This record gives sequence, C-alpha cells and structure tokens, in this order.
Amino acid sequence: MLRKFMRKHDVTDLVMWLIGFGLLVVVFIGTYRTLASGKYENSVWLDFFIFGLAQGSVYALIALGYTLVYGILFMINFAHGEVFTGGVFTAYFFAIAMERAGFIDRHWVLALLILMAIAMTVSVMVAVVLERIAYRPLRGAPRLVPLITAIGASFFLQYTYRGIYGSGVKTYPDFPALDGKLNAFGREWPILTTQALVIVVSALMMVFLYWYVQKTKAGKAMRAVAEDKEAAALMGIDVDRVIVNTFALGGAMAGVAGILYALLFKQVNAFMGFIPGIKAFTAAVLGGIGNVPGAMLGGLFLGIVESLGPSLILDGLGIPAPYQLKDAIAFTLLVLVLIFRPTGILGERLSEKKA
Amino acid sequence: MTLLQLDNLHTYYGNIHALKGISITVEQGEIVTLIGANGAGKSTTLKTISGLLYPRQGKVYLEGKDLTKYRAHEIVKMGVIHVPEGRRVFSRLTVMENLEMGAFTRKDKDGIQKDLRRVFELFPRLEERRNQVAGTLSGGEQQMLAMGRALMSQPRILLLDEPSMGLAPVLVDLIFDTIRELNEQGMTILLVEQNALLALDIAHRGYVLETGRIVLEGDAKALKENPQVKEAYLGGS
Repeated sequence: MLRKFMRKHDVTDLVMWLIGFGLLVVVFIGTYRTLASGKYENSVWLDFFIFGLAQGSVYALIALGYTLVYGILFMINFAHGEVFTGGVFTAYFFAIAMERAGFIDRHWVLALLILMAIAMTVSVMVAVVLERIAYRPLRGAPRLVPLITAIGASFFLQYTYRGIYGSGVKTYPDFPALDGKLNAFGREWPILTTQALVIVVSALMMVFLYWYVQKTKAGKAMRAVAEDKEAAALMGIDVDRVIVNTFALGGAMAGVAGILYALLFKQVNAFMGFIPGIKAFTAAVLGGIGNVPGAMLGGLFLGIVESLGPSLILDGLGIPAPYQLKDAIAFTLLVLVLIFRPTGILGERLSEKKA
Repeated sequence: MTLLQLDNLHTYYGNIHALKGISITVEQGEIVTLIGANGAGKSTTLKTISGLLYPRQGKVYLEGKDLTKYRAHEIVKMGVIHVPEGRRVFSRLTVMENLEMGAFTRKDKDGIQKDLRRVFELFPRLEERRNQVAGTLSGGEQQMLAMGRALMSQPRILLLDEPSMGLAPVLVDLIFDTIRELNEQGMTILLVEQNALLALDIAHRGYVLETGRIVLEGDAKALKENPQVKEAYLGGS
C-alpha cells in the first residue's frame, strides 16, 4: 500500500502537502482562538467585510486589465499598475482645481464623473502607447522578452510620473457629500457612503465589461483573437486593432479603479500603482488568469481575505498589530494558489497548451 | 476570365525555401486542385495567397489587383476566403458566434441573414446546434462550420485546405458533394487535398506540387490517367 503510494507521489508532493496542511491548521487554530476570545463584535466583522468588498472591487477592476491582456497575448503586463497610476494621478490636479472652485461641493456627481472621464482617458492613452511602443515590436519574441520589457516600462513610467508630477504624497480632495454612513430608503446602513459608491460603480463597470466581451461584435472578435489569431485574421478581423482595443479596455477599467482607489484611500503618489497592481495580478491568478469572471471573483476574494484575515487568523495566534501583515497574507495566498492550483479558481488548463 | 493568378511565387519560412516559383491560374467558376505529398508546399501556397505569409518574390493577382501588398484581414474583404487546414473553428464560441465572425467585415444585415439561411440549408446540422459551443462539435460538424463560416464572408473564391482530413468516409462524401454544389452555383474554388483521387474527381484542372515546385499541370481527367500521378498519388494501380 505504502509503497504504491510512494511510487505515485514523490517527496516534494509530501512536503507540499505537509506545508499546506500545517497552514490549514494554523488558520484553523487562529480563527478558533480569535472567535473564542470574543475580542471583536459582530458589527466589527461586518465593517471588515464591507471594507474588504470595496477594496476587492478595486482590485477586481485592475485585475481585469491583466486578465484581458493575458487572454489575448499570453503575457503579463507588469506595467498595468502604472497605467492605473497615470489616470488617477493626472486627475488629481483637476480634482484640486475643482475643489478650489467649490465645484465638488456644488456638483459632486458631475465632478466625480469628470474625474473618472479624465482618469480613463489618460489610463487608456498610457495603455495604448505602451502596447504600441513597448510590446508590439516584440510580438513573436520569446515570452520572457516582453515580460522583462514590461518591468522596464513599469519603472520608466513610475519615474516619469515622479518627474512630471513631483515626488511627494498628495492628498486627494474630500467629497463632503460622501462622508459618513450611507443614508438611503429612510434609514442608516452599516456601510460608509464611499464604500457603497465604490462597490456599486465597480459592479456596474464589471457588468458592462462582461456584456461587452460576451455580446458585442467587438467583444466576440476579442474572444476569437484570444483563441486563434491566424483564424481570426482569416475572418477579416484586424488582429492588431483588437489587441489595441483590449489594452484600451483594460486601461479604462484601471482609470475608473484609480478614482475609486483615491476615494477609499485619499492619497496618490508616483509609485502608488505598484502594490495594488501586484495585488490585482494576484487576484487575476487567483481567479484563473485569462478568465474574466475569474478576475472579478479573485479580486473580491483577495480584498475580503486581506481585510478579514489579519484579525481573524493572526490575532488569535497572539501576533501584535496583525493588520500590518495584510500584504503578507495576500502574497501567501498567491504562493499557495501557484503551488496547489496553478490554474486558479475558475481557470482552464490552457496555459501550457497555448504557451 | 482569370480570377486568381499566382506569378512565380517564392515563399520562405525563415531560411527554408518553401515555394520555389509557383505559378498558377484559376479561372472564374473553376475548381482547381493542388495535389502533392506532405511538405510539397500546398498549404504554404494557400497561406501566401491569403496573406498569412508574405512571398519574398512574385505576385498574387486577383483580377489584376496585386494582393501581396495587403494584409490578411484586408484580403478577406476582397472576397478571397481561406478555410485553413484543421478547420480552426473558434472552439469556445458558439456555432452562431462563429458564423457571425465569418460575417465580421460585413454591414449589410439583410444580406447576412440571407447567407445565414443559405448556410443552414446547406448544413442543417449547424442550425440544430446553433447555440452549442463549437468545441463540442464532431469533426465533421466542425468542417461544416468552417465552410459555413467562410460562406458568410461573401467569398468570390474559396481556398479549401484539406477539407477531408480526419473525417469518416460518409462525411467526406457530404463535404465533397457540398463543394460540387457550391461550384455549380458559380463559386470558384482552389482545393488542396491529400486524397488526390477525390480531388481530381471533382476538379476541372489540377497542379501537382513537389518540394515547392509545380511538376505537372493540366486537365483533371488527364492527370488522373497520367502514369506518373497514378504511381505517386493514386495508389499505383
């Protein structure tokens, strides 16, 4: 029995299982002890959950950019975090101007829409130029080449933003209309108005994207190109244009995500895209890279785990200031997914076939 | 009237000289077949016509217009439609979506509807499975879909690459009957086929390719009787 088992699985498998099992035990013990101690009330958990949902929706929007581009070109656009920064950082200056003019106080909805439009435009432009200059000439090169280029482009953009917009951390203006808890339908809800707005706007964007990819002619062409570029060209589809469209679509999502991020966290700087970018990449891998619903699901899941995880799991283990470790949780999750389910939650087994 | 003319085409894969001066003409309303062994350059010829490959030398003319200056998706708009080897349907799109992709360049809604009805008349099986994902179709159905999809592009000339490959004999007959029927309706067809007997049966004229060169050409009937062709491609007898 044992010998047969050992023949099928080598020592590495065994060690991996042990690590996985060990982590599960740690998670279980931590969770149990936290809940048993009763340190947090139910309303606090709810707050954590809702914050996670809001932050997760932002991750999901950014993750869509990674997943769309991967679906078509099988490359990770590591400069996508900077596509996100470009939009929100540029919009910052307009936001400040609008605040000074009192425009935000008087017409906050319009102000928000204008900011989103600006952020989307800039992000789309950055994404499209990136594709044209950095990636298109390398199409057909070995897969490692565009990957390294992407990392280079990422640094290039970060320092360009720093050069143009300055190196300090800038504070986004406040939207007074969004302060406090949500008041709607004659009662107060246990959710901040900003968070509610972030969740609703992201949900709308995701529904739009899903509709676009599934139902429109351009979306179908996108899926056709993702599957077989040569056959798509034989249908009269301009493959280059579809690829540009894809980058633009990802850029638009990142632009909106940028404004939502600014609403939640209030701060911008030239390097702000790095961490959310890499988290969104984690989310895309988590959901199964190349898969649109997967990126959405992965983003929400990561946001919630990151928000609930520290207090739920680490607090019970007696770790002081567990919230500092939220990034560690996110990336532990990435490593675990890559080890135990490389295709992600909804992923198909196509990465090798298509590579 | 000459619809398609290939003039001394030379195509390379990297440093490999795949086509060494191919000259072919296809008249309006004809079925012309290219036969030859694996690696003779049949598929390469079709790919060079449809713009998937660029010739290093030589020209492709469609009614006197030089196609080698255009890219693949632009050539489609001129009515040169290539059904590639191995069918290449979009397996994750539904049958309907595949057919819509065939009509990608078209804006005439009525015309598209008319062609869709024609495709469903030709291949009723596709209508039954219109909402099914193409990856779940059988090989024969995928070939029908590949041809139906090509017909949605308003072809003036169809380039068919190995339509019988991997199909059961009954389905091969069905596909070849359809090719003949399309031709009787006036469609010009350039057919690449491993099964030389079958191809020469329905073609008007044929070319025999060997390692990137045309070694024989002529009337399909004459080729079928040619001892060299018999020896090499028709199983000896």
